[in-house]
Amino acid sequence: METTLNLLREGQCAHITSLQMRGAMRRRLMDFGLIEGTHVRCLRESPCGDPVIYCVRGTMLALRKQDSRYIAVEVEECS
Amino acid sequence: MQLIALAGNPNVGKSTLFNALTGMNQHTGNWPGKTVELAQGHCRYKGRAYQLVDLPGAYSLVSHSPEEEVAESFLRDGGADCTVAVCDATCLERSLILALQVMELTPHLVVCINLMDEAKRSGISVDIPALERQLGVPVVATSAQEESGLDALMERVRSVCDGYAPLQPNRCGCGIRGENDRRSDAIAAQFVLRAQELAQRSVHHEKSVQSSTTAKLDRFLLNRRSGYGVMLLLLLGIFWLTIEGANYPSAGLQWCFDRLGELLHRGAQALHIPATVAGALLDGVYATAARVVAVMLPPMAIFFPLFTLMEDFGYLPRVAFLMDDRFRRAGACGKQSLTLCMGLGCNAAGVTGCRIIDPRRERLIAVLTNAFVPCNGRFPALIFLITLSFSDGSALLGAGVLTLCLLLSVFMTLAASKLLSRTVLRGEPSSFVLEMPPYRKPRIGQVLVRSVRDRTLFVLGRAVVVAAPAGLVIWLLANIAPNGTPLLQSAAAILDTPGRLLGMNGAILLAFIMGCPANELVLPILMMALTSGSLIGAESTAAMSQILTAAGWSWKESLCTIIFFLFHWPCTTTLLTTFRETKSKKWTLLAAVLPTAFGCVLCAALNLIIFLFT
Repeated sequence: METTLNLLREGQCAHITSLQMRGAMRRRLMDFGLIEGTHVRCLRESPCGDPVIYCVRGTMLALRKQDSRYIAVEVEECS
Repeated sequence: MQLIALAGNPNVGKSTLFNALTGMNQHTGNWPGKTVELAQGHCRYKGRAYQLVDLPGAYSLVSHSPEEEVAESFLRDGGADCTVAVCDATCLERSLILALQVMELTPHLVVCINLMDEAKRSGISVDIPALERQLGVPVVATSAQEESGLDALMERVRSVCDGYAPLQPNRCGCGIRGENDRRSDAIAAQFVLRAQELAQRSVHHEKSVQSSTTAKLDRFLLNRRSGYGVMLLLLLGIFWLTIEGANYPSAGLQWCFDRLGELLHRGAQALHIPATVAGALLDGVYATAARVVAVMLPPMAIFFPLFTLMEDFGYLPRVAFLMDDRFRRAGACGKQSLTLCMGLGCNAAGVTGCRIIDPRRERLIAVLTNAFVPCNGRFPALIFLITLSFSDGSALLGAGVLTLCLLLSVFMTLAASKLLSRTVLRGEPSSFVLEMPPYRKPRIGQVLVRSVRDRTLFVLGRAVVVAAPAGLVIWLLANIAPNGTPLLQSAAAILDTPGRLLGMNGAILLAFIMGCPANELVLPILMMALTSGSLIGAESTAAMSQILTAAGWSWKESLCTIIFFLFHWPCTTTLLTTFRETKSKKWTLLAAVLPTAFGCVLCAALNLIIFLFT
């Protein structure tokens, strides 16, 4: 199912299909290893629901929803 | 002397490695971005001297945060004979991305896989020979914290420096950025995919990441229901230990200073030193320095190690995570929680730490609001005032009031941030990524010894450099009386009306103004102003309480003074640092005016409310 990263629920997994932003943030995300095909797992929402911690390539990254909604993902079964 | 550069992601133990190699004492902490400046040190290996440069942690050499630019330009033109690319064995895939970029810039490279001990505990093993074959440069496994693998590392570094190591770096030769965005994207993706491939071939996981201790702790510490509660309890606990624990060493120090003061007085009389000189030296210089040390040292020496333990443990980024929602609503960066926490130690350090925030607008907000959190120079004074008027002798109640003070500080930081992002620093919050490091077992012994010693030296240093000369000036002002009234008293009288409008009095306001070189000085100056500068033996908190009570001090003065302590102009050091960081007189001025305006409005309002209802 095609969706965006911010809509992933705790415990769900997905892989990135495209980064729909430009400039500094796109660069920054790629530095952290977020590119097309990268597997992500939604680990934990903050008590207020935003930001959300994702597990990416063995590290934990917190993203604000205002940013993660520009990351298109395909939901998949967690391995 | 040959030059070695250490490069790596933030929080991979680069500074720990640097300290272990150089025997230096650069502060490390378990959160990304601790090192913001180039640190340099020396080390000897097999009779040869090497100069080491610890580059600021960077996630990439391509992006444009200030620390990444520093790292990139140093690697390009710094003239290092060997670069050590430090990687984190617990997340090798991510940290190899940077190592691959470094490899594009320099062939003289040793890849150091650090945190091997931690990886082992989490069931991760790394096949070092396999990695070395694939990369074509020397690869060494280390655990900097346990000082293991350091000799092997230096051996490889030596052979690279001397040109003996067989270097056939397996690199793409495409540089680290392309001629246009599309090409740069492709290059960036290539590094990521190559790192992924390397990690797949050399890393073996035994346990799944989810069952780790970090996940279990996060389930509790970042929980929807308990997260905020635990954060408050931790804060309360630290304050309680600080207040309760500071009593005993304080009493001990006061006893010592009293005895020493008496001895010095007797000595001065025996030597027939003129009364003016003896007064200036003993009642001015000695008494002020002694008060600063006796009142300030114990709380600092307890609070700081506790705080450092939390930092080592990895809790600070969690605070940033929990608080981020508030900062986003205030138009600020979530990393501002980190700089705010650094401000608790020292506002000047907090202002420098704001470099971890990339976007200029958010960084300025963080710089301008840093003084809203009480630094270590203000904490002991706050504790003293709370103990005097509000805690009724109970350390727990005192800790509660102090926690409330800090909450007020954070609230006002958010309010000021929001005000700034609605007015002079208008804009939407920019995007950012916050990395959550795994929890690490704090090195309790080391932290205690180091931070108690560092704090003690810091306070003693300040006592000599700032408090002693200030003591002399204040004593002179308290004793030079051109028209029969000492200058200090006349100044206090002039300031009395504005002071009273703010719920304090002229002497307190004068103490705040004269205390601008260092906040530690405010209380000692106040004592001097109230006692006309001649009262040896008033170092103890009990004696200070008596002086205040005799001067008609009530809970209203305490309350307003506490508020003004929280919100007034930053000390000179912080202002100078602000100027250095912003390079603008306008912003530096605003950094002084903003907290002062908040303090004045709050105190005046409080004074009015108290006046109307009592």
